Amino acid sequence: MDIETVANPKIVIRNLNFYYGNFRALKDINLSIAEKMVTAFIGPSGCGKSTLLRTFNRMYQLYPKQRATGEIILDGVNILDSKQDMNMLRAKVGMVFQKPTPFPMTIFDNIAFGVKLYEKLSTHDMEARVEWALRKAALWNEVKDILKQSGTGLSGGQQQRLCIARAIAVKPQVLLLDEPTSALDPISTAHIEKLVDELKEDFTIVIVTHNMQQAARISDYTAYMYLGDLIELGETSSVFTNPKRKETEDYITGRFG
Amino acid sequence: MVNLYTRRRMINIAGLTVSMLAMLFGLFWLFWILITLLDQGLLSLTPAVFTQMTPPPGNAGGLLNAIAGSLVMTLIGTLIGTPIGILAGTYLAEFGQRGWMAPVTRFINDVLLSAPSIVIGLFVYEVYVVRVRHFSGWAGAFALAILVIPIVIRTTENMLRLVPTTLREAAAALGAPQWKVVNFVTLRAARAGIITGVLLAVARISGETAPLLFTALNNQFWSSNMGQPMANLPVVIFQFAMSPYGDWQKLAWAGALLITISVLTLNIMARVLFRQSATTH
Repeated sequence: MDIETVANPKIVIRNLNFYYGNFRALKDINLSIAEKMVTAFIGPSGCGKSTLLRTFNRMYQLYPKQRATGEIILDGVNILDSKQDMNMLRAKVGMVFQKPTPFPMTIFDNIAFGVKLYEKLSTHDMEARVEWALRKAALWNEVKDILKQSGTGLSGGQQQRLCIARAIAVKPQVLLLDEPTSALDPISTAHIEKLVDELKEDFTIVIVTHNMQQAARISDYTAYMYLGDLIELGETSSVFTNPKRKETEDYITGRFG
Repeated sequence: MVNLYTRRRMINIAGLTVSMLAMLFGLFWLFWILITLLDQGLLSLTPAVFTQMTPPPGNAGGLLNAIAGSLVMTLIGTLIGTPIGILAGTYLAEFGQRGWMAPVTRFINDVLLSAPSIVIGLFVYEVYVVRVRHFSGWAGAFALAILVIPIVIRTTENMLRLVPTTLREAAAALGAPQWKVVNFVTLRAARAGIITGVLLAVARISGETAPLLFTALNNQFWSSNMGQPMANLPVVIFQFAMSPYGDWQKLAWAGALLITISVLTLNIMARVLFRQSATTH
């Protein structure tokens, strides 16, 4: 398959293969992610879309039997290189998970935790940073008076926005969202979708979603995956209205998956 | 022909009845023990128990030196055993995914966990008491520490495994090195459970007799010197209850009641703590 290209790529993936032990979960993926745009990965369960997302910050490295081969070039550097510094990569590429994952500490400390890993800020500057991140995540007004309370006491939707705030507080360039709304109610989902739309001014966003309407609503580019193959990447409007491949059409019209 | 619904109901009732009977059978003995203990112990539980030393036969006295000795040795045993147990448990849960070290350690720990306490007592006797040629409070505390370690290792590992993987991934995704993930996120999330484990370990060792019999032995007088034989409740109870003297037997009942109450209190504290942690997650 030739390299699927976009106008202004932030990440270029070449011949990426991924293995869980002996199982090959991604097959020769070639793909580009546009800078300061939203790219959505869609496809049926087990198609490898989350696996692909988790290679962008090498999350898989936590597990002994998982490995990736090929190239993922972020700003001209292959991040799969064994010399790549893991902490610096993750400072550049933030991630938000399917289930909200607030740390067992105060709301303030939840945000400060990540910032402290990279910067030594004065109390005043740290407060400013926490406020900035919470405002960006549209959570400030709800939590500004309870910053000293535990992050685990918030509602599910608030917890997820706290996790987004925590990720952007580090000032990454890329934000990975792994089904960020699948555990949330429709109102919280709408909140997060609106947020994603605002965040793409500053960040390159990659989102995995099970919800095709969501992909259609918020993404600029959509990639359809099936059984570890990238079937099609294109501008969202054309993928949904005029897919190039038969498999994509079958999936988005609900004929299977 | 009985219909399906009636048959299921009858099986349900039969199962429930058998379970209830089994529960009553167990509780019966427990309450018998507690009632006997309260009956005999409360009578003997005079203020003198807390103010006077263990007496010679036929004299009045109390259990002050034994209470103090038990507290000191339990405290030191816990202080030595807890950090080792927490560190080893953390290793097993967080760092031991690769290689053979963790499975082997886990297996040996399980063996240690079920080792009879008298074996631990004999071990400390052989490697420590025999070398220094006298019984001592230190030897008692070491023996208790060896009992604490496997319990704390097991609970620490189990509690850390209850922490969702996504929490670890979330911290790692921010770029936190593993030691920070463990220190500031997972251990913190498992804190209440780990404290519960430590409390249960304290409850377990505060009633142990066998390991102290071979290590701290006993001391009729007040002793604040850990290098000397040290009085302690379990051994005093053992010695006094076996004696033919009425005064001693009464003190043994008082001591038994004290230990039971403290173990019960520790268990209740552990439950309350664990329940609180369960509701916050």
